[in-house]
Amino acid sequence: MLTKRIIPCLDIKDGRTVKGVNFEQIRDAGDPIELGALYAQQGADELVFLDITATIEKRKTLSELVNKIAHKINIPFTVGGGIKTEEDVSVLLQNGADKISVNTAAFLDPTIINRFAKNFGSQCVVLAIDAKCEDDNNWYVYLNGGRKKTNMLVTQWAKQAVDLGVGEILLTSMNHDGTKQGFALDITAQLAQSLPVPIIASGGGGMESHFLDVFTKGKADAALAASIFHYKEIAIPDLKQYLHQKGVSIRL
Amino acid sequence: MNTVIIQYNAGNIQSVLYALERLGATATVTDNIDTILAADKVIFPGVGEASTAMHYLKQRGLDEVIKNLKQPVFGICLGMQLMCNYSEENNTNCLGIFDEQVKLFSPNDPSLKVPQIGWNTISNLKTTLFNGVHENSFTYFVHGYYATIGDHTIATTNYVQPYSSALQKNNFYGVQFHPEKSATVGAQIIQNFLDITC
Repeated sequence: MLTKRIIPCLDIKDGRTVKGVNFEQIRDAGDPIELGALYAQQGADELVFLDITATIEKRKTLSELVNKIAHKINIPFTVGGGIKTEEDVSVLLQNGADKISVNTAAFLDPTIINRFAKNFGSQCVVLAIDAKCEDDNNWYVYLNGGRKKTNMLVTQWAKQAVDLGVGEILLTSMNHDGTKQGFALDITAQLAQSLPVPIIASGGGGMESHFLDVFTKGKADAALAASIFHYKEIAIPDLKQYLHQKGVSIRL
Repeated sequence: MNTVIIQYNAGNIQSVLYALERLGATATVTDNIDTILAADKVIFPGVGEASTAMHYLKQRGLDEVIKNLKQPVFGICLGMQLMCNYSEENNTNCLGIFDEQVKLFSPNDPSLKVPQIGWNTISNLKTTLFNGVHENSFTYFVHGYYATIGDHTIATTNYVQPYSSALQKNNFYGVQFHPEKSATVGAQIIQNFLDITC
């Protein structure tokens, strides 16, 4: 049986792993290669590396770092941050990334999704969406690391992107990110039940039970978290054992 | 030992090379026919689309070369699918090494997404390719098409329905999953392939 996936996310700035709370107040969490290798050994199902400086400073993700990660790590990993062109994707895949994730650039020019999917296959194109629930109770797409609001509804953008060829959606709730109060179950379930591609839920995982909820109530295919793993608040083997005992299909 | 990874217009070739390096093995990535023929072991990787890949192989005469190899050959993902008779992916006639069809997953249950992406179990394990690998071990899959089950099936996986997650005929081996991305289980399977003598 296909398992639910636990995905530690390593936000990278200047070659180091960092983690912000509500996309701000960045703290240092260590060497991304060592940390990634440790997570792989502990049973992480995939890894995501997001170069969070990339979009802001218009800097391309360091392919050298990706290459080092690929040499060391024996599970799949996704790389995101400032990817705009086929050349960007090609360099990352050639250096050993399994998937790339796009966010702001895809929103500004949705045709890149189609081009990436055609050239490299949908399976390696992940759409990251930073989503925020506003006072009108609708979820809106945010850009530039969550700093720029759009009037696009998350459901609408996700559907359009799937039609254009994205293979997975990484949905981050800005309302929940960094709070450790649980994932955004409603919007996650809404996307998971309406779209034919896997949904990776992100933002808010603080306790083991939050992961159970996002897989059962949120219908997520995968759950992503960062700080709780970086700061050893939850150990991956314990989390996976807990989910297994609760009847979730999980790789032990 | 002289191991060759066939270079063609498909992804994940570097990942396979790095997986070999982690095992202390080396390999040459090439599409040179003489180098491929002279190798002790041949790895035929692949992520991509079947008709484009077959077209590329035919243009370079690699289709006939691969079919007639006598040394151990290891197809991975699309590589394994191309070693079957036929793929529904753009109605593609493949190499015909394994007498199986490659079909598109067509789930009635909408919660089963296509492609299958993630970790699933491999069962009914046969041949030395799975030495030291436990029944129902997890490996990493990314695919929308699957090979049917038949005489050459040496591992099965269940997604939508049971299908061949590994095939073997004579010196030809193929796996649907990505051993290079399947943690220690995958590393064991790659090592087992490197250890095959025939």
